[in-house]
Amino acid sequence: MHSKLLFLVLLLLMPLAHADQAAITKDDPVLEKRVMDLSAHLRCLVCQNQTIADSNAELAVDLKNQVREKLRQGQSEQEILDYMVKRYGEFVLFSPLVKSTTWLLWFGPLLLLVVGLGVLFVILRQRRKMMQQAPALSADEHARAASLLSGKGGEGHS
Amino acid sequence: MNRFLLPLGAFIVLVIFLWIGLTLNPREVPSPLINKVAPTFRLPQLHDSAKTIGPEDLRGKVWLLNVWSSWCVTCRQEHPLLVELGRQNLVPIYGLNYKDNRDDGLALLRNSGDPYVLSAYDREGNVGIDWGVYGVPETFVIDKSGLIRHKFIGALTPELIQKKLIPLVKELNGA
Repeated sequence: MHSKLLFLVLLLLMPLAHADQAAITKDDPVLEKRVMDLSAHLRCLVCQNQTIADSNAELAVDLKNQVREKLRQGQSEQEILDYMVKRYGEFVLFSPLVKSTTWLLWFGPLLLLVVGLGVLFVILRQRRKMMQQAPALSADEHARAASLLSGKGGEGHS
Repeated sequence: MNRFLLPLGAFIVLVIFLWIGLTLNPREVPSPLINKVAPTFRLPQLHDSAKTIGPEDLRGKVWLLNVWSSWCVTCRQEHPLLVELGRQNLVPIYGLNYKDNRDDGLALLRNSGDPYVLSAYDREGNVGIDWGVYGVPETFVIDKSGLIRHKFIGALTPELIQKKLIPLVKELNGA
């Protein structure tokens, strides 16, 4: 009985365990949304396929705090991105910049699609040409083909 | 024959690319701070919180900044090498005690030896972020004019020290 009561009390207390964290976020939902939006563009360097918005690694939490602090100071999104790039390099941006060295990365798939369509087009055209160039049959040959197909067999064969 | 040659060629090119990819280390992100002025800071010293330290104090000499912490296992592995390097008096090593508890940091130095001329105490890790630190240990080589010339990511090894660090320090001191 006692343990059941204790369990119930603990259950009721559970939301309090998160109260601290929630208090920070509920403080200013608009700011928090901006922090998360911007964090989604920054790569977590410890867990490289995650953004710092997705990650709870210590460095990611620190960087989110930096982002929050800088937004609070009135810095723009672009200023903060520049700050991060200056320190961690362009790799910190989750989607690579579009520039001459990344053109192949960005437009490579499109290029492959275009090349593929081109190859398909050429092959189809060649095939159509071959069909057109197929030798026309004479009336005799037509008759023989018809008889072969009907199963009666040709003259020379039985 | 020709129709096999083209796919085979494409396949070989693909294998070569994958092979090169396997030899790269994605953890080593090249620092954009190389050959840039070291970010400035003013931090309390680890041993004496009343005194401060910053890169400006070290203008005119070649020095190392080793980012370390007592909770970092790799730093502990690296530690004896730093103690050894410190004994050789080739280059002053300064520490950046990163996101550590002051007492824990001091205890480590007491027990395992203190290779550092001084350690700066970066409780919040803000200076670490400013320097683009994303994992400890990291070791920066800073030249006489205050430019960062090299960054070692991860623990130093005897080989790295002999083949890379010491020659670089000698070169920078000569210039």
